[in-house]
Amino acid sequence: MTTLFLALIYFLAAPLVGAFLAGVDRKLTSRLQGRVGPPLWQPVFDVMKLLEKENLVVRRSQNFYIVYYLILVIFTGGLFFTGKDMLLVIFALTLASIFFVLAGYKASSPYSFIGAQRELLQIVAYEPAVLLAAIGFYMATGTFNVAAIAQTPRMLVLVLPGIFLSFLYILAIKMRKSPFDLSTSHHAHQELVKGITTEFSGQTLAMIEIAHWYETVFVLGMVYLFFAKSIAIGLIATVMVYFLIIFVDNAFARVKWELALASSWIVAFIFGAGNIVWLFVLGRSS
Amino acid sequence: MSSFLTIFLIVFPLATAFALLVFQGARTRIFTVVGSSVLIAAGSLGLLALNAQQNIIRLNLEAPWVAIAMLAVELALAAYIFYVGIRTKRYIASVLVAIQALLMVVFEWRFGHALHVEHTIFIDTFSVIMTLIIGVIGSLIAVYALGYMDSFHKHHRKECADRRPLFFFVLFVFLSAMFGIVLSNNLLWLYFFWEITTICSFILIGYKQTPESQDNAFRALIYNLLGGLFFAAGIVMLYFSAQTVEMDKLMFMHKTSVLLPVAFLCFAGIIKSAQMPFSSWLLGAMVAPTPVSALLHSSTMVKAGVYLVVRFAGVLENTMVGLGIALIGATTFLLTSIIAITQSDAKKILAYSTIANLGLIIMCAGIGTYEAAWAAVLLIIFHAVAKCLLFLCVGVVEHKIHSRNVEDMSGLIITMPKLSIMLQIGMAGMFLAPFGMLISKWAVLKALVDYNPLLSIFLVFGSSATLFFWVKWMGRLICIVDEREDLEDGIRRSEWLALTSLSVMTIGVCAFFPAIAAILIEPFIQEMYHTTVSMGQGNLIIMAIMLAMVMLFPLSFLNYGKKVKVVDAYLAGANTPKGTAFYDSFGAAKDMHMKSFYLERYLQETKIFRIGIAVCIALMIAATLVAMT
Repeated sequence: MTTLFLALIYFLAAPLVGAFLAGVDRKLTSRLQGRVGPPLWQPVFDVMKLLEKENLVVRRSQNFYIVYYLILVIFTGGLFFTGKDMLLVIFALTLASIFFVLAGYKASSPYSFIGAQRELLQIVAYEPAVLLAAIGFYMATGTFNVAAIAQTPRMLVLVLPGIFLSFLYILAIKMRKSPFDLSTSHHAHQELVKGITTEFSGQTLAMIEIAHWYETVFVLGMVYLFFAKSIAIGLIATVMVYFLIIFVDNAFARVKWELALASSWIVAFIFGAGNIVWLFVLGRSS
Repeated sequence: MSSFLTIFLIVFPLATAFALLVFQGARTRIFTVVGSSVLIAAGSLGLLALNAQQNIIRLNLEAPWVAIAMLAVELALAAYIFYVGIRTKRYIASVLVAIQALLMVVFEWRFGHALHVEHTIFIDTFSVIMTLIIGVIGSLIAVYALGYMDSFHKHHRKECADRRPLFFFVLFVFLSAMFGIVLSNNLLWLYFFWEITTICSFILIGYKQTPESQDNAFRALIYNLLGGLFFAAGIVMLYFSAQTVEMDKLMFMHKTSVLLPVAFLCFAGIIKSAQMPFSSWLLGAMVAPTPVSALLHSSTMVKAGVYLVVRFAGVLENTMVGLGIALIGATTFLLTSIIAITQSDAKKILAYSTIANLGLIIMCAGIGTYEAAWAAVLLIIFHAVAKCLLFLCVGVVEHKIHSRNVEDMSGLIITMPKLSIMLQIGMAGMFLAPFGMLISKWAVLKALVDYNPLLSIFLVFGSSATLFFWVKWMGRLICIVDEREDLEDGIRRSEWLALTSLSVMTIGVCAFFPAIAAILIEPFIQEMYHTTVSMGQGNLIIMAIMLAMVMLFPLSFLNYGKKVKVVDAYLAGANTPKGTAFYDSFGAAKDMHMKSFYLERYLQETKIFRIGIAVCIALMIAATLVAMT
């Protein structure tokens, strides 16, 4: 029963939190750039306006993939916030992302095609860090169960500093933030027009936006897990991480995909895998 | 009953093979192949039914003439290979086969009479799983081959002589030998059947008789003869260190003295499964007609290699030798997954992915814990079904679009809708949650973190790489460059039959995964380790929900074209009326092009391969040295 209740809360609250965070992001970004910026709830207004727009497509079935993307992203977060198996959460997330990539392919336009491939490269780039995070959690707590990980009496970030770092690094990819906003960008003037989302409009583009809100909440939930011992520290740390991402977004230019892929694998390998080696050696010697 | 079924499964395909050699008429062939396939599949199902009553069956089918007959056949084949090696100036093959024959003859002559074998046949649930794979998937491929070889010879009329009687003869001899491998308990028998599969593979790879296929056939032969040599040496050493040649006794021997022979047997398995440093033979083997690639080089023969290693999982558990073998598998998995990104030839991609997944199985077997063995068996089942489907699909596509380059498969969803959906099912089976291979990878990951999380690092990076080439390919199929006509006409009924059954099976093994695990895998793990694995009820429910969701995806097509306005793609210029072209600044119409990423500039196949060879040779030497001390 509590599971259902939690799932319902998540289902209703996550998009609101996500939209709010997106609004904060836009406000803050404008201030950093010396602008006044839009109202706080502008992202919601944008989506509401999109919902009324005409739905233009290149291929008649392209939108179905986006619907699935949205459903699966919600499902992923649902699994996470109801405390299910961490690996299943990651697999669901990958499945969702793949539907998004396939939508880009299906649209059959050169810009969405390259965007889809870059999105795919980004998935490949962040996947190891995410999986290593799950393995790290397991080594530190002895379980893959998210609920159990959240209740662990240790401050996990202290045990998993390397894993946390590599996760932080790929966070910008998952949130589509510069320097890793390769496949599509919130900022204008991208070399790929709008990248993977070029050929999506109206309702469907709104769905992508909503899915993105859910995704933001989910990845921040992952960040919180590292600090879950204390709710206060957890919340503060999560907010700070979010601000850090916004700051980095404004401070760095977009990198090439080569660098994005190579660097995130190297960071995942050195810090993420290094952390696991360290834990393993520690576990052996004690 | 059990001895009848065992003999039936080994002898009946052999009889079919000879019948096909004698009666060469096309209609007779269709009748014989279909009829025998049904019987073979029924026979393997019969063994399953038998297994439900009695989990482990041990038989003794030893007769004095059997050993003599086997030795005679072995020597005749050795003489044949020796002759072929000399004639074609591939002396290595002759030397390898001569050493082996000599070794076996001396062994039989000096110790054969002292050798007491209690049981020649050992059938547990693992054997039954393998039997089902060979019996069901193997027969489907044989049926598919009827249609495929017909159009194959229409396409290659000029460069390839029609030697179909030989083709089907070898195919069924192969099936017989495979049954022999998975049912034998006497390692000498196993070795005999093992060598027969090597020769079948050699003949089938060289089927086209072009210089390229000849070269590749010999490469496969030489590597596998080397494997055979390891096998023979392993048996001889085993006899000296443990005075037995029986597999079921060896499986539970936890003595360091048997580690060296077991390591050698595992090396034989590693070569058969085309692990690094020996992977190149399997890539070359892709010149064979596609049913051969599906049957020998993805679903069954290469599985014989991992079968042998998984059999010794219990012996390898917690040993340095096991760790070395696990590392060979892990390295192979990681590197071949990365190489596959750079490939555009569909069969090459499948070959690399096959090697990678076999690597995963070898890794599990090398670790040898109960969780790892469980994951290994799971991988064997899921991989056999999905990969076979993929190969057979690619075979048909190649005949239709005259290319097996993935780049040429754009818009297959329009030109060959049913086939492209089957291809996508197969691919989903290979990497997507909640389908088979992903369940297996999940199991592998759990096994790894419990045993040695360092090995999981290989899996984490390797499986991320696999995502890339599968999705890239999947995207190609659904991405449409321009409208084309329907190409699905003229695909044979036998081909459709095999493809449809395999698609249903790919989804079926996933949907009925809990039942498969309970009926087939758990008894095996129970027998080996006296404990078992559980995925957790809650997780299974979540997987089921995910599967249901994905399976409902086609329903979205009820909405096809509703409430949307179709426009041309944005091409940064004025589109021509055609829609997929635009006017450039001089007013000329330019077509749009979409090329996939292959990352060739950063990932060089030969370079990565060389690294793999060096690392894996070092690991093999290290494992041998550790086993000797």
